[in-house]
Amino acid sequence: MPVLWLILIVLALAFAGFVAGRARAISGAGDDRRALHSLPNYYGWNVAMKVMVPAFLVLILWLIAQPFIVNTKATGLLSETAVPEGSTLGLVMSDVRRVADGLDLVVDRGLLSAAEASDLTAGASDIRATLGNAGVAVGSEITPEVLAAAQSYRATNATGNLLRSIVVIGLALVGGGLALAQTKPDFRARNSVERGIRAILVAAASLAILTTIGIVLSLVFNTIEFFRIYPASEFFGSFTWSPSFGGGSQLGIWPLLWGTLYISLIALLVSVPIGLFAAVYLSEYAGPKLRAVAKPALELLAGIPTIVYGLFALLTVGPLLLSVFGRDGLNWMQAGTAVMTAGLVMGIMLIPFVSSLSDDIINAVPQSLRDGSYGLGATKSETIKQVILPAALPGIVGAVLLAASRAIGETMIVVMGAGAAARLSLNPFDAMTTVTAKIVSQLTGDADFASPEALVAFALGMTLFVMTLGLNVFALYIVRKYREQYD
Amino acid sequence: MTDATFTGGKEPAKHGLLTLDARTKKRNASEKRFRIYGLAAIGAGVFFLVVLLTAIVSNGIGAFQQTFIEVPVYLEEAKLDKTGNRDPAEMAKVSTFGYSPLIQNALWKVIVDSGAETEFEEGKDIKEMISASAAAKVRDWVLANPDRVGETVDFQILASSRVDGYLKGRVSRESIAQDKNIAAGHLDLVDVLREQGVVHKSFNWDFITGADASESRAEQAGLGVSMLGSLFMMITVLLLALPIGVAASIYLEEFAPTNRFTDFIEVNISNLAAVPSIVFGILGLAAFIQFAHLPQSAPLVGGLTLTLMTLPTIVISTRAALKAVPPSIRDAALGVGASKMQATFHHVLPLAMPGILTGTIIGLAQALGETAPLLLIGMVGYIATNYPEGVFSGFLSPNSAMPAQIYEWAKRADPAYYERAWGGIIVLLLFLLAMNLIAIVLRRKFERRW
Repeated sequence: MPVLWLILIVLALAFAGFVAGRARAISGAGDDRRALHSLPNYYGWNVAMKVMVPAFLVLILWLIAQPFIVNTKATGLLSETAVPEGSTLGLVMSDVRRVADGLDLVVDRGLLSAAEASDLTAGASDIRATLGNAGVAVGSEITPEVLAAAQSYRATNATGNLLRSIVVIGLALVGGGLALAQTKPDFRARNSVERGIRAILVAAASLAILTTIGIVLSLVFNTIEFFRIYPASEFFGSFTWSPSFGGGSQLGIWPLLWGTLYISLIALLVSVPIGLFAAVYLSEYAGPKLRAVAKPALELLAGIPTIVYGLFALLTVGPLLLSVFGRDGLNWMQAGTAVMTAGLVMGIMLIPFVSSLSDDIINAVPQSLRDGSYGLGATKSETIKQVILPAALPGIVGAVLLAASRAIGETMIVVMGAGAAARLSLNPFDAMTTVTAKIVSQLTGDADFASPEALVAFALGMTLFVMTLGLNVFALYIVRKYREQYD
Repeated sequence: MTDATFTGGKEPAKHGLLTLDARTKKRNASEKRFRIYGLAAIGAGVFFLVVLLTAIVSNGIGAFQQTFIEVPVYLEEAKLDKTGNRDPAEMAKVSTFGYSPLIQNALWKVIVDSGAETEFEEGKDIKEMISASAAAKVRDWVLANPDRVGETVDFQILASSRVDGYLKGRVSRESIAQDKNIAAGHLDLVDVLREQGVVHKSFNWDFITGADASESRAEQAGLGVSMLGSLFMMITVLLLALPIGVAASIYLEEFAPTNRFTDFIEVNISNLAAVPSIVFGILGLAAFIQFAHLPQSAPLVGGLTLTLMTLPTIVISTRAALKAVPPSIRDAALGVGASKMQATFHHVLPLAMPGILTGTIIGLAQALGETAPLLLIGMVGYIATNYPEGVFSGFLSPNSAMPAQIYEWAKRADPAYYERAWGGIIVLLLFLLAMNLIAIVLRRKFERRW
C-alpha cells in the first residue's frame, strides 16, 4: 500500500475518531454539556490525536529504518566475488536497487505478472531486454548474485510494506479505541490535548537542534570518509590544488583558503569604510528627509539575491575592469574573472550589512555622551571620532567580523566572478578560487560520491562551517565582553 | 599662578567670535571633510545601486522582445500527408526534417518577391536566418490542424538568435566575421525584409511562459518551466516552514522555561541564521539525496533544503511579532479562565498574525532568490524543457528553479543567453519586489500600536 494511501487512511480514522469521541462525551454526560470537564471538541481532539500521533511516529521511523534493513539483508547475499574488479560494493548495490526497482516497474506496466517477476532466474537471459522495455537501463550484465540480491530486496521490501500498513493502521485503531474508552464526562480531555500540543511545540523547536546535528553529522561522516582515502597531512600541508578525476589528485587546501581570504579582504576594504561612514552620516548628520531616502536605498542592496551580484560581476564588472587593467590598458589582468572582480562586487553586497549593523550600534550610544562632548566644546566630527566610535567600537568590530563571515561563506559571486584556477598569488587581478566555489565544482560534476575528488567537498564544507561559526561566536563574544553598560 | 605677569614681547593671538584663529579653521575644515566623507560614502552606496539597476534593466529588457519573421508557408500535401487521409497519427511520421525545407523555401520566396539582391541561390542557403525551432512549431500546428494541409498559412516564425542579435544591436557585421552560423549576406537580407515589415520585433511571451532550450537555440529559451519549479519549491517551504516556525516560536516565546535546553535551542537558532547557505546545500545533499534517496533535482528536495535555511529567519521574526503583543492581552484571557494554551492560540496568535505573515513573506522572498544550495542538489545542469505533468510530478520530477535557470544561462557560451539571464533577473526581481510590497502593505494595514 503506498504511503500516501496510508496517510489518508489514518487521517480518515482520525476524523472518525474525532466525531465518535465528541458524540460519546456528550451522550455520556446525558446531553448536559455542563457535566463535562472540558468542551466537547476537546474529547474529539483527544481521540483524533491518539489515532494520529503514534501511527505517524511509527510510520516515520519505519520509513527511515526499512531501507537500512532491506539493504543490509540484500548486501548480506552478495559475496566478495560479486564485486567485480574496479567496482565497489556501493556500485553493485545501486545495480541491485535499479534491478529491483526495474522489476517493480515491469510488474506495474503489466509486462510480467507478479509471480513471473519473482520467479525470474538469471538463466532467463532476457531480463535486461525486459527491463529495457520498461525504460530501465541497466549498465552492466546482471549476474545471478545481483539478481538474487535484487529478488531478496524486493521480497523484504514487499513484506516490510505489508507489515508497515498493518502496524500503522493497527496502532491507529488501538490508539483510537483506548482514547474512546477513556472518554467519560469527568475525563480531563483539555489537559490531555494541551499536553499533546505542547509536545508538538517542543518537537518543532527542537528541529533547530536536529538541523545543526544533521549539518554536523553529514559533514563529519563524509570528512572522515575523505581522510580515510586521502591523507589529512596532504590536505592541510600541500600548496597545490589539482584534482583529476582519473586519480592522482593533489588536494591541498591552502590555495583555496588564500583565495577566500584575499577576496574577503578586498570585499571588507570596500564595504567597511563605505558602510561605516554611511552609517555615521545617517545617524549623526542626515536630516529625516535624506535618511528616509538613503536608508531604504542602501537596504535595497541587501535584498538583491546573490545570483544577481554574480551576474553583475561576470558580465559587467569583469569586462569593465578588463578594459582598464587588461591587455589594452595596464596589462595586469588576463581575464574578466579575478579576485578584484569578485571582491569589489562582494564589497558592494556587504555595504548594507555593515551600515545597518553599525547604524544600530551607533544609535545605541546614549545621547548624554554626545551632549557631554559638545559641552566641552568639541565639534561634531571630534565627538564622533573621540567619543561615539570608541564607545561603539566593540559593536562595530562585531559587525565587521559578521561581515567577514558572510564574505567567506558567499558562493554565487565567487563561482561566477572569481575564476576557477586555484593559485597562490599576490596579484589581485589574477583569477583565483575559493573554498565555496570548489565545493560547488567538486559536487556538481559526475564523479561518484565515493571518490576523494567528490568527498573533498565535505572536508572543505567542514572547514567553511568551522570558520564561519568561529567568526560568529567570536563576534558575539567581543560584543558581550566589551559592551559598555550605560544604564 | 594667577598672578603671572606678562613677559613676552608678542601680542597674544586675538580671539573673537568673528575672527577665526588657525586652529579653529583647521578644526572646522576637518569637520567639513568628515561630513564630505560621510556624504561620499552614501553617494557611493546609492551610485552602486543605480549602476546595478541600470545594468540589469539595460541588459535585460531586450529579452522580452524577440525577432519574428512573417512567412506564408505552403503546406505541401505530397510531403506532409502522402496518403491524403489527414490522419494525424500517420502525419506524425513526418519528422521536423520534412518541414524545414518547406519553411526555407517559403522564406526564399518572400525574399525573391521582395526583389532584394543577394548572392544566395536557394532556400537552403538562408536556413541560418530561421530558428531551428521553427520546423517543430509548424509541425505542431499542422498536427493540430490537419485539415489545413495543402493551403498556404501565415506563420510568425522565430528568427535565429544571430538575426535577433542583429536587430538588437548585439551582433554586427564585424562581430560575425568568424561566425559559421551566419554570414554578412544574411544580414543584408534582414535589412531589406525589415524595411518591408517581414522581419519585426514584438513582445515575447514565450520568454516568460516557455521552456528552456538547448544550447544552440537561445531564441527559444524561456523561464516558464523553472518558474513552476520555483513555485513548487515555495509551496513546500510555505507548508513546512510556516507551521514549524510558528510552533517553535510559540514554544520559545510563551512556554519555554528558562533552562539549559531552551538556551541550547536559542543558540542553535541564532547560529543557523549565520551558517552560509552553501552548507545547507551540503546538508540537503547528504540528508535528502544520499541518505533518504529522494530524487535529485526535485523541487521537493529544494523546498526541504530551503525550509531548513529559512526556518531561523521565520522563527526570529515570529518571535518579535509575539513579543509585540502586550502582556495585558494574556493576563485578560487568563483572568477570565482560559488555559495558557487557549490564551496563546485564541488571543495572542491572531494578534501576532500580521507580523508573522510579514516575516514569512520576507523569508520566502529570501528563499526564492537563493541559488547556492540548489547547485548542490542538482537543480543546475538539468535542462528544464518539459512542463511537469501534474501536481505530484511537479514536486518529484526533476526541474530547475528561477535562479538556477539564470545561472545555467549565464554559464552558456552564446552571448544571446546573457541577455536572457539578465531578463530572467528582471523577472526574479519583480517577484521579489511584489512579495516585499505585499509584506509592507500587510504591515501598514494591520500593524497595531499598543
